[in-house]
Formats: sequence, structure tokens, C-alpha cells
Amino acid sequence: MSAPTHTPETWGLLAEFDTADALIAATRRAREAGYTKMDGYSPYPIGEVADELGFPRSEIGAIMFTGGLVGATMGFLMLTWVSWVEYPLNIAGKPYFSWSMFIPITWELLVLTASVSGVVGLLALCGLPMPYHPLFNVPGFARATKDGFFLAIEAEDPRFSPTTTKDFLSGLADVKSVEEVPA
Amino acid sequence: MATVSAPSTVGEQAEPEFFTDDEHLIGGKQNLVTIGEKIGNVCLGEVPIPKGWWIMFLSGFTLLQALVLGLAWLFYMGVGVWGINSPVFWGVAIVNFVWWIGIGHAGTLISAILLLMHQKWRTSLNRFAESMTLFAVMCAGIFPLIHMGRPWLAYWLFPFPNNMAVWPQFRSPLCWDAFAVSTYFSVSLLFWYIGLIPDFAYLRDHAKNKIQQMVYGMLAMGWRGSAIHWRRYEKLYLILAGIGTPLVFSVHTIVSFDFAVSIVPLWHATIFPPFFVAGAIFAGFAMVIWLAVPIRHWYGMKDLITTTHLDVCAKIMLGTGLIVSYGYFSEVWMAFYGQSVYEWDTTLQRMFGPYGWSYWLLILTNTIIPQLCWMKKFRTNELLLCLVAGSVHIGMWFERYVIIVTLTRDHLPSSWGRYAPTLWDYAAMFGSLGLFLTLFALFMRFLPMLSITEMRELLPRSAGGRDGHAVMENAK
Repeated sequence: MSAPTHTPETWGLLAEFDTADALIAATRRAREAGYTKMDGYSPYPIGEVADELGFPRSEIGAIMFTGGLVGATMGFLMLTWVSWVEYPLNIAGKPYFSWSMFIPITWELLVLTASVSGVVGLLALCGLPMPYHPLFNVPGFARATKDGFFLAIEAEDPRFSPTTTKDFLSGLADVKSVEEVPA
Repeated sequence: MATVSAPSTVGEQAEPEFFTDDEHLIGGKQNLVTIGEKIGNVCLGEVPIPKGWWIMFLSGFTLLQALVLGLAWLFYMGVGVWGINSPVFWGVAIVNFVWWIGIGHAGTLISAILLLMHQKWRTSLNRFAESMTLFAVMCAGIFPLIHMGRPWLAYWLFPFPNNMAVWPQFRSPLCWDAFAVSTYFSVSLLFWYIGLIPDFAYLRDHAKNKIQQMVYGMLAMGWRGSAIHWRRYEKLYLILAGIGTPLVFSVHTIVSFDFAVSIVPLWHATIFPPFFVAGAIFAGFAMVIWLAVPIRHWYGMKDLITTTHLDVCAKIMLGTGLIVSYGYFSEVWMAFYGQSVYEWDTTLQRMFGPYGWSYWLLILTNTIIPQLCWMKKFRTNELLLCLVAGSVHIGMWFERYVIIVTLTRDHLPSSWGRYAPTLWDYAAMFGSLGLFLTLFALFMRFLPMLSITEMRELLPRSAGGRDGHAVMENAK
């Protein structure tokens, strides 16, 4: 383990901005300054912030595609196996493998499994539910769901230093406040 | 602000007044804070409960008792307490099922299809329309279950290995229906809940007491608005909308297959799936109008649900109503042109037989009265619009009623009969309305009626928003 570069009581530093554009600009500056362990927080999604954070594409599409594909395949195989092998019924003289009649249920299972895997994927990747997070210790952070735009640089960042990082954040354009986040 | 309304030369005014600018989608001076307070304070108990809410809740709760009593008696005695008998085994219960599930579809249409089509006006309607979907599907789901005769065996509809060594009959539309409706409910619930998470986080952060903080905190699951989380969230939301769109079409198509796959004259028709889907959207928008008006009035949401919204809903209602009317025409035309003696005779029975009154009532309420929406006054005056929407509710109920009473007279005159619902049919029917009203009243009081997050995105950039452009562009 490398020597800690920060006081262990600090989770990171949190800078608040008034507008979404200021947060986008600040994130870009922080990235250019070489910070990597950071995140932006806002009351509504701002794609540019995620872009600047180096997260241009989420994993959700691949997860839902896989989930849907697995669900639909398993569903279709289940219908085929039941209707053809396990419990063959003669319905109006139709073939046991009347695949076109399996499509509606296959489709419904595709949608169901894709949706469930997407939601489970979102929660798992975001680490939710997470009732406690160090950021919630900062009283002003409640504005992140109201009208505040925040940039947090975490103490785990190799370039993090309680003093220089604080100076860096305070020097950003349109910054409203910089606060220390207790761990 | 001068309201230009006098001459109704539509071409001149309609274009600049609607759609082109956002000012008609949000009224008053709003910003990120006021949007949150306007919507969130209702949930946090900061807004006094309006009288109308109590009327809605108490009347709904009273009607709900009719459902409880009706179901208790039904389960004790069996489906014989209803008016169903040979030849009409699908009575009012199936009418109610299709009526409710149709109403539900507008919610998915507004939240999913209009999202994909970049319609900004969906934003203030989608949350309560999605709730309407959920509650309507709950009401709908009751009917096939209680219609089974032995509802405690409902789980036989789903495939699972069992010691009876039997499996469902997967070639039956009724089996497809079980999958379609349960998938529709599950996916609608997920879509609705995912949309609510950021709003729950707002309510958690601005809760007025410990209980609110804990309950909304648990529901928010620790959401903190991280940019990384938002990126995943938006992608999920977009794909859910993308697969929700074909889902809603498939669900009502499958509901129509319940009828169309049979060989009953006038049921066995290829027009049924599109005709049912259009009817569903038609009925659903009528219900959206019915729910939007009280929200505007009781909670003063006129700045967020503007007259423009009502106008657009009325236009969609009018448009889908015309598709439905085309369906009525097409049914008659195909019966005539198809040269089938049974189809044509059943058509005549439908129009001039013992239940002919219900057919003409249907034409009046679904085809003729909605034409009033061609006039702007009927689209923008709340009372008049609600009356037209009420006519659509009645009409759409009778549309399915007309379909089921077709069973009274089909191929074989010796098996002709009559059908009349009993008190217990109506107890379940109005009781389900009570369930809907109760659930919707509770929703209005405890959950954000409009999406706080999306309303904030809709704000112009000068007011701290993103001009309503965020959703589609951020989803990656």
C-alpha cells in the first residue's frame, strides 16, 4: 500500500457552483489538471459533465441487450420444449413446433428480462441502495437535488492534497464555496 | 400578456402560438427552486389538502367498499351471481378489463413514445399519466382473475414444473394475455419507479420531519445525482422508453387477439389490433384530461400544465378517435364486401337487433361528440373538454360492450340468447373505479404528481434548465 497522501479524516473536497455551465467548465479544468477520482453532482442530468469525467458511454445498453437476448432465447426454448417435447397438445391440428404462436410470449419475456436486467444493472453499477454516503455529511449538499451544482475531488485521487486541491477548486471560475467532506 | 383568441382563423395564429416556443409549456416565473417547491411541497404536507381531494378520496374509498363486497360475494357464491350464461360467457367483466387496460395505454404513450419523438410537452404529463397506467392496469388485472371462477388457481396460467405434470396451452391468446399484462405492469412499475428516484432524493433532502425523511430516503435508495449515475440512468430511461413503445402496442394487440383469434362473426377480423390500440390511446387521453384538470385546479398547477397541454391532448384524442371511427366503418364495410352471410347478418343484428341502442350510443359518444374538438373552444375550455372526454369514456366502454353482446346472436339461431348484467357485475365495475380513485388520490398526496427533474430540464437555460433537450442527448 502506498503512503496516504491525505489526512484520513477527509473523504474529499466539494466545490459548489451556481450553474450547469460552470460545473461543466470546472470539470474540464479539473480533468486537465490531472485529477481522476472525481464526480459531478447536479439536480438533473448533464451529459457534458459525464463526458468530461471520461465516462462517454454507459454499460446499460450492453446489459439490457444481453438480458433481453437471454430472456427471449430461454423463453422461446421453454415454449418449444413444453409444446413439442414435455407436454405436446394437438391444438386445431397445428404442428407441435408452431413457432409463430410462440412469438408473443417470447417478445413479452424479452421486454421483461431486458427491463429487469437494466434496472438491476443500474442499481448494481451505481452501488445503490446506499443510504449512507460521506457527501451527505455536508449540509449544503442537499442543494444537489435542488439548485446546486457540485464537483467533488476525492481524497483517494493520487494528485489530491488538502491544500493545493483546495486552492485549485477555489480558483475555478464561478465557484460559490469549497468545503471539506469528512470521511 | 394579451391573449389573442377572437378570430378563429386557425392558420394565422396556431403556428406561432403553440409548439414553436417553450413559454406556453411553463407559465409564470419559474426556476429550479420554485419547480421543486411547487411539486414537492404537496408531498411534504406544506400545501393544505384541497376540498376536491377529499371528495375524490372519500368517494373513491366508498366505491372501493363495493368492490370488496362484490368480490366477497362472488368468491363465496361463484360467477353465477353475475349475469353471464350461455351464450354470453364474457360479460361486463371482460368489458371492464379491456376498458381499463386501454386507459392505461395513454400513460405509456406519453412517457415512452413522446419521449422518443422529442415532444417537450410530455414532460408535465408523464408522471401522473404513468401512475394512471399503473392503477388502471391494477383495476384491469382484477377482472380476468375474478372471471376465472376459481381465482385461487390463477397461477396455473404461468409455466412452472408442477406435480400435476401439466403446462399452460401456449398457443392460446388468453395465455399470451397473462404474459402481456403482467409484463406490462412490471415494466410500467419499473419505468415509473426509476423516474421517481431523483424526485424521492429531492423529497428526502427537503423533508420536513423524520418520517418523511426516512420514507423518502429509503425510496430514493441513496441517490445523490452523480454525473456517472445520471449517465447510466438516462440510458436506462431511454431504452425502457424504446422497448416500452412496442410493448404497449403488443399488449393491446394481444388483448385484441383474445377476440380476433376466435371465429365469432365480427370478432374474427384483422382490423382488431390497430383498432384496439387506437381505441386505447383515445380512451387514455380522455382519462389524462380528466386527471389533468383537477391537478391544475386543486393544486394550482396551471403554470406547469398549461392550456397548451390540454389543447394537444384534445387533438390527439380527436385524431385517435378518427382512427377508431374508421375502424367502425371498416367493420361494416368488410362485412358487406366479404359476402359472408353471418358477418353481414351479425352487423345488422348489431345495428338494429335487441342491443342496437348500444351501437348507436357508441357511434354518438365515440364518433360524433368528439368532433367538437375541431373547435378550439372545446379544446381549451376545461369544462367543455371534460364533457367531451366523459363522452369518450362512455363510448369506449360501450365499444367493448357492443363487442361482447355480439355473442347473443351468432351462427346458430337456436343458441341465441340475451345478456343482462346484475347488481354484482356493477359492484365490481364501479368498485374498480373506486380502487382507481383511491389509489390516484393517495398518489396525488404522497408522490410528486409531475416529474421535478424533467420539469427542471424543461426550463430555459436562463432559468437554470436545459431547454428540455437533455434526455435524449445525454443517453449514451
